[in-house]
Amino acid sequence: MDFKQLCEKATTEWQALWHGDKPVILVGLATCGMAVGASSVLKTIQDELTQRNIEAHIIPVGCIGLCYLEPLVDIVKPGHPRICYAQITPEKVLQLVEDYLLSDNPRPDIALGTFGDTSVEGIPKLFEHPMLKSQVRIATRNCGHINPEDINHYIANQGYNALNKVLKMRCEEVIEEVKKSGLRGRGGAGFPTWRKWDEASRSKATPKFVVCNADEGDPGAFMDRSVLEGDPHSILEGMIIAGYAIGTSKGYIYVRAEYPLAVRRLQIAIDQAREAGLLGDNILGSEFSFNIEIMQGAGAFVCGEGSALMYSIEGKRGMPRVRPPRSVASGLWGLPTSLNNVETFANIPPIIINGGEWFASYGTETSKGTKTFALTGKIARPGLIEVPMGMTLRQIIYDIGGGIPDNKPFKAVQTGGPSGGCLPEGLLDTPVDFETLAEAGSIMGSGGMVVMDKDTCMVDVARYFIAFCRDESCGKCVPCREGLPLMSDILEQITQGKGKPEDVERLVELGDTIMKGSLCGLGTTAPNPVLTSIRYFRSEWEAHVIEKKCPALVCKSLISFYILPEKCAGCGICLRACPVEAISGGKRLIHIIDQERCIKCGTCLEKCPERFSAVVKVTGEQVAVPEEPVPIAAQSSKM
Amino acid sequence: MIVGEQTKIITLTIDGQQVEAKEGATVLEAAREAGIYIPTLCYHPSLTPYGACRLCIVEIESMRGFPTACTTPATEGMVIKTNTPQLQELRRNIFELILAEHPKQCLTCAKNLRCELQEVAARIGVEEISLPPIHKDLPVHQDNPFFERDYNLCILCGRCVRVCQEVRGIGAIAFTYRGSQALVGTAFDKSLQDSECQFCGACVDICPTGAIMERSSKWLGLPERSVRTTCPYCGVGCQLNLEVSGGRILQVSPVWENSVNEGQLCVKGRFGITEFVHHPHRLTTPLIRKKGELVEGTWEEALNIVAEKLTPYKGEHFAFMASAKCTNEENYLAQKFTRKVMQTNNIDHCARLCHSPTVAGLATSFGSGAMTNSINEIGGAACIFVIGSNTSSGHPVIALQIKRAARNGAKLIIANPLEIDLCRYADIWLRHMPGSDVALLMGMMKVILDENLADLRFVTECCDNFDAFRESVEDFDLDFVGKTTGVPREDIARAARLYATHKPAVILYAMGITQHSHGTDNVLATANLAMLTGNIGKPSTGVNPLRGQNNVQGACDMGALPNVYTGYQRVDNPDIQKKFEVDWRCSLSPKPGLTLTEMLDAAHNKHLAAMYIMGENPVLSDPDINHTREALSRLEFLVVQDMFLTETAQLADVVLPAASFAEKDGTFTNTERRVQRVRKAIEPLGESKPDWWIICQIAKKLGAQGFDFEHPSEVMEEIARLTPSYGGINYKRLEECGLQWPCPTEDHPGTPILHVGKFVRGLGRFTPLQYTPPAELPDGEYPLILTTGRSLYHYHTGTMTRKVAGLNILEPEGTVDISPADAASLKIDDGERVKVTSRRGEVIAKAKVTEKSPPGVVFMTFHFAESAANILTSPELDPIAKIPELKVCAVRIDKIK
Repeated sequence: MDFKQLCEKATTEWQALWHGDKPVILVGLATCGMAVGASSVLKTIQDELTQRNIEAHIIPVGCIGLCYLEPLVDIVKPGHPRICYAQITPEKVLQLVEDYLLSDNPRPDIALGTFGDTSVEGIPKLFEHPMLKSQVRIATRNCGHINPEDINHYIANQGYNALNKVLKMRCEEVIEEVKKSGLRGRGGAGFPTWRKWDEASRSKATPKFVVCNADEGDPGAFMDRSVLEGDPHSILEGMIIAGYAIGTSKGYIYVRAEYPLAVRRLQIAIDQAREAGLLGDNILGSEFSFNIEIMQGAGAFVCGEGSALMYSIEGKRGMPRVRPPRSVASGLWGLPTSLNNVETFANIPPIIINGGEWFASYGTETSKGTKTFALTGKIARPGLIEVPMGMTLRQIIYDIGGGIPDNKPFKAVQTGGPSGGCLPEGLLDTPVDFETLAEAGSIMGSGGMVVMDKDTCMVDVARYFIAFCRDESCGKCVPCREGLPLMSDILEQITQGKGKPEDVERLVELGDTIMKGSLCGLGTTAPNPVLTSIRYFRSEWEAHVIEKKCPALVCKSLISFYILPEKCAGCGICLRACPVEAISGGKRLIHIIDQERCIKCGTCLEKCPERFSAVVKVTGEQVAVPEEPVPIAAQSSKM
Repeated sequence: MIVGEQTKIITLTIDGQQVEAKEGATVLEAAREAGIYIPTLCYHPSLTPYGACRLCIVEIESMRGFPTACTTPATEGMVIKTNTPQLQELRRNIFELILAEHPKQCLTCAKNLRCELQEVAARIGVEEISLPPIHKDLPVHQDNPFFERDYNLCILCGRCVRVCQEVRGIGAIAFTYRGSQALVGTAFDKSLQDSECQFCGACVDICPTGAIMERSSKWLGLPERSVRTTCPYCGVGCQLNLEVSGGRILQVSPVWENSVNEGQLCVKGRFGITEFVHHPHRLTTPLIRKKGELVEGTWEEALNIVAEKLTPYKGEHFAFMASAKCTNEENYLAQKFTRKVMQTNNIDHCARLCHSPTVAGLATSFGSGAMTNSINEIGGAACIFVIGSNTSSGHPVIALQIKRAARNGAKLIIANPLEIDLCRYADIWLRHMPGSDVALLMGMMKVILDENLADLRFVTECCDNFDAFRESVEDFDLDFVGKTTGVPREDIARAARLYATHKPAVILYAMGITQHSHGTDNVLATANLAMLTGNIGKPSTGVNPLRGQNNVQGACDMGALPNVYTGYQRVDNPDIQKKFEVDWRCSLSPKPGLTLTEMLDAAHNKHLAAMYIMGENPVLSDPDINHTREALSRLEFLVVQDMFLTETAQLADVVLPAASFAEKDGTFTNTERRVQRVRKAIEPLGESKPDWWIICQIAKKLGAQGFDFEHPSEVMEEIARLTPSYGGINYKRLEECGLQWPCPTEDHPGTPILHVGKFVRGLGRFTPLQYTPPAELPDGEYPLILTTGRSLYHYHTGTMTRKVAGLNILEPEGTVDISPADAASLKIDDGERVKVTSRRGEVIAKAKVTEKSPPGVVFMTFHFAESAANILTSPELDPIAKIPELKVCAVRIDKIK
C-alpha cells in the first residue's frame, strides 16, 4: 500500500467513525485517568452497553491535560457534537447511558464542555474552559483525541504526512526546516535541535543512532508520559525523520520501566508502523530504512542524563561521563548519536508540515514554539498544559491553573524538576523561557512546575529535594556523591531545630562547590532548590536556625500542638483519636497534650470539632495550660 | 608506536607558559609533560580518562565552567589556567569532601607514606577539615588468598574497576549501589573467588589508597629497596620489582614503563614469587647419596664427587639437560661445559618438548626460528589469529594485548578444540579436532587462493617454491577439510577471508601447534599462511610462537641444543667449529648430539651412563613418566641441580642447591627475542649457589680453563664475542632497557621485527604439506582423546607454584575436563574421582564436567604430580623436531568402583 492509499483508508475509517450511525464514546485511559478509576468506568460502560444492547464505538484516548477532572468521558451521538464529561464514576455512567444515549438529555449538569462549533444548550465550549483557553497544543495536538493504539487515527490526523514529505527532501533541507523553527531541546538543556542533527549528519563514522530520551524521572513531571501514552506515533514519526536527516537506520527509545502503559503503547505503535511500511526496511518504498527498539530503564534517575542513558542502553552501569566528546560525536558504543527528548520529537512532524516559520511564530526571541508543563502542587487545576514560550508564571499559575486552592497566599513555584529553583511571588511575572528562568536561578528543565502555598516550609522543601538528588546521585564524582549527603545532613539538622546560624552559609558554600565541581547536570543543578530558597526566603531560614521556628508550621521538631484551655469543651474526641495516648483529660475536664509524648501528627487539630477549634499549632512559643486536667468550670473560675 | 606514524605538535599556553604537546594529548598530559602539576586521583595513564575526582579542574578561555584537565583534549592555541585563587579554593573544597569520608588514621594505615591522598593533600595545602567526618564502618573483605579490600579507605576513584575492565578485560568488580552508598564490589556481592576475578593484582597496584592491599606484606612496612628484574614464570618476560627489606622479598610490583607488560602482571608473577623463593623446602646444602639415602654434605665434598664421577664418562656417555628456567649465561656455560669439558654435543633442554618444531619449521620457511614481531605490536593488528594457544592461561599478559585489540575493533579468530577464555572475544571460533591443524590451515589457504585473496605480488617477489606448495593445497578442498577438522566449511571460509582481508594480520600460536607428531608441519603451515597473504616483515603481522618458559628462547639462543652453538651456529659447520675451538682453546665434536627424548631412550638402553640435569624436572614434564623414571634410574651417575628436591632430584646421586632468580644476576631472553636483565635482590638462601657458579666450579674441578668468571656480565661479553645476533648486547646497554636480537653491534638498536624487506634466509620458502593424522587415535579400547595444557594458576610441573599456598587454594588439584555428553554416557558426576588410562599408564583425577571440552576430548594440565598427565601421554615423536605428541593420545575413563 502506498502512502496515499494508507491515508485514504485511514481517513475513510476516521470519517466513518465520527459520522457513522453509532455513538462514539471516548474514555481517557492515560495513567492519570486510570489512577482515579477510569478502568472501572470503562468496564461499566462496556457492561452497560452490552446489557442494554446498545452498539457504540468505545475509544480509549490519552490525556487531554485536565488531569484533575479525570476520569473524562466524551460522548458523540450521531448528529450531535462531542460532549466532554468530567469526574465520571460508574454511577454517572449509568445515568449518562440512561439519560443521554437512550434518551436525549445531554446532562448539562455534569457536562464539562462541547467540542467544535455546534453548541449544546447549557453546556459551555470546552476550549473556552479557563485551563484550555490560552493553551497552544502542538506536541500534545492529538492527546485525548485519538486512539493511541490505532495507527489509522494518527494517519487520519495528518500523521506520517511529514515523513512522506521528508522522504522527498534532501537531508539538509530537513535540518534547515528544523533550524528555521528554532526548536530547542525539550529535555531541559535547550540545545538547538538542528545543531545536534547537523553535527550527527556530518559525521563520517557509521553506524549512527537516533535515541529518544523517555526516561522522565523528575518527581511531579509527566509531560513525556502524556505524549507517550496519548500519541506514540508522533514520537516515532519525529524519530524516523531525525534518522532520515542524520542518515541512520537505527533508533532507540529509552523509556523508564515505571511507565508500563507507555511501553505497551509504544510497542503497539512500532508494530503497527512496521506493518504499514512506515518503519523498517525501505520506508514507503524509498531507499530509506529505519528501525526502532525500546530499551527500558531500571529505575535510576540519573539515566535521564544523556551519557548515562547511553551506557545503560549498552548494558553498562548508568553513570554520566565528561563531555567532550559530545554524544553527536561519540555516543552509543562510541558512535555518533543524536539524543532528543520525547517532546522534541513530537514537535517535529508539525514543524515539517507547517514549516519552521510557523513554529517560530510562537514563543520568544530565543525560545521558540510551545512548551508543555506538568502543573502540580498547591494549585486549583493540576494537569498537563502546553503554552507558548514566554507566558509568565502568573498567567500559567493563575489563569490556567486557577491559582491556589482556598485562596491561600502563594509562596513559591519550583520549575524544572527536583533541581530547579524555587521562585518567589516577586518573580511571578517572569516569562517562562530558557534564559529568563536561568537568570532567576532556576531552570526550564523538562517542564515540571510545582506550586507551593504559605503552608509550605521552604527549608523542608529544600531538604526533600536534596534528599532526592542525594539518593539518585550515581556516586561517580566527588562533589555530588560526598557533598549532597552533607547538605542533606545539615538540612535534616535544621528542620529538626538543631541548626546553627552558620549552617546557612555552609550550605551556600557546599552548594557552590557542588554546582561548580560536579560532573553532570544532576550535580551541577542539585543545590538549586537550596540556593534559590536561601536567596528568596532567607528570613524563613533564619527563623529555623536562630529562632528555632518554622513559620510555615511544617517542621515537626519546631512546632507544638496545644489545647487552648479557654476553648476546650472536654468532649474527649481528641483524646480518643490520639494515636499515642498523649492527651489526658476526662469528661468536662480540660484536655492537656503531653508535649513529651506528642508525635505532632496533627490528628487532634484535625479532629477537634470546628465549633470548639480548641487545638492550635504553634512554633517557637508556649501556650499556658494547666498542669493537669481540671474541670472546665474550675478552670474558668480560676481565670 | 607504529613505524612511520607522525604526530603533529601543537602549542598552547598553560599558566602563561608556552607549552608544546602532541596532538591528541589531553590538557593534563600537556601540563605534566611541561612539568606543571595538576592534582589528580582518578587519573591513571593506562586508563581512559574518567573525570570523577574533579581535582584536575582548570579554567580554559572560551570554555564555560571548570573543565577537567584529564578529559579535555588540548587544542592549538588553548589558554589554560591551572591555579587561580578560585580554582585553588574549589579544589580544596572538593578535596575536603573526599577527606570527610576518608579515615584520617594515617599513622596506622598500611599505605602510609605511599598514599596518593597524602601526596595530594601536601600539594594542595589542606589547612583544616571543617566538614563532619563520615564513618562507613564497612567490614574488611578477606575473601581471597592474596589481598584484602577495605572499602572504608576507598575514595571511589574507579581505577580498580577500570583496570579490571579496560586493561584486563575481566570486569570482576564494578560499582555497586549508588550515590553516597556507592561501593566497589562484585556482582551480587559474591566473594572474589566466586567471581570472574583472576587475581592478577592489577587492582592492588593501581589503588591510590590503602583500600586494596596485598595481605602478606600489608603490615611489613616500607621496603628498603626495590630491585627491577624479569619474571621467572612464562616467556612473556614481564618486568617487575622485587621490593626487599632485610634480606626478604616483601612483595612484587609491576614495572609500568616498559613495552612488554606496561604495568601488568598475572597472578603467578604478582603473588607467586615471594613464597617459593623463601619456601622452607628450598635446598640449602648439597645432598649426596650415601647408602641409598640423600644426606647433607659440603660443597667441597659434593663438587669433588661430581668431578670424580663425571671424569670417566667424557664423550658420548654423558648428557646435559640444561634449563629454560636458568639465565642465558648459565645455559651458555652449560653448553660450553658439555662441549668443551665433557667433549660431547649431548645437550638439550625442555624446548625440545615445546618449541623444537618452531625452531625447525620457521628456520626452514624464514631462516629464523623465533617470534617474528613484538608483543606490543599485537594491539595494533587488524586481525589476530590465535591457534593452539590458550593465551590467557599460558601467556596472560599477551592476552591483554589481544583483548585490547579486539575491543578496538580488530577481528579475532580462535582455533582451538577447547573453549578457551578468548573465545568470548572472538569473531570466529574454529573448534577443530586435536591434531587436524594442517588440514585446517591448508583449507584456509585454499579458500584464499580460490578467492584471489592472496598477496601474489609478495609471494612472487619475496618467496620461492610456491608452485609445489600450490599443488599440495589442491588436496584440501573444504569437503575434506570440514570432515577432517570437524569445523563447518563456512566457518573455515569465513576465517580465511577475515584473515586475508584484514591487514595487518598476526598469527599467534603455542604448543597446540608444536606438540604433535607432525608439529613441524603445523609450524610450516602457519608460515605458509603468513607468506601467502604478505603478513610478514611488517608491524603487527608475522608468525609468533609464544614461548613457554621464561628463558626458553634464551636457552635455545645459547646453544643448549644438540646441533648448534650460540646463535644457531651449527656444530657440523667446520668454520663455526673452528671459531669455537680457537676461542675456547679445545677441540670440539662436529657430530650433533642427542635430543632430550633421545637421551632418555639412550639412558634406558644404557648407552648413556651419566647425566647432569640443571633446573628441569623431566620426571613430570616428559611424556611417559614410567619410562623416564626407569631411564634415569638406570644411569651410573646422575647429578641434579635445583632449588627444590623435585621428583627428578629424588633420583639423583648428588643434588646441588641452586639459587633462585632473585638471588643472582643474569639475563633472560623473552618470547619476542628481548634480552632483559635479571638482577640480584637478595643473597642466596642458605648455602645455595647460582647455577653459573656451580657449573664453573665443576668445570674447574675437572681441570678446565675458561671458566674463571667473577660475574655473569663477563659471560655475556664472551657470548657477544662468539654470537653475531648477540654481538651488540652487554650489561651496560641492558641497564637502560631490553634489547631484541639480532643486535649485531653496540650501536645497533635491536630488531623488533624480523624479515623486514627480505627474509633472513633470502626468500621465504613455501613448503608443500600433506595431512597426517595424530599417531594415536581413539579406538574401542581407548575411546577418548586426551589433550594437555596449562592453567593460569600453576606453572609447568608446579615446582614453584605449588609452593604458593594461595595458588593451591585457587586451584588445589588437577582435573580431567570432560564434556557433559561424555560424562553422561559414562555416568560421571562433576567432582567425582575417575581413573584415566592410556596404553602407558593410569592416573586418578577429579572429573570436571564442562562444555569447554568438546565431546570425545578430555583435557588435563600437567602441573600436578598426584595426577600427572604425562603418565598417559604419547612419546610418539615428530620426525624432524623430535617433539613428543603431548597434545593427542587415546585414553579411557572409568568410574572408580
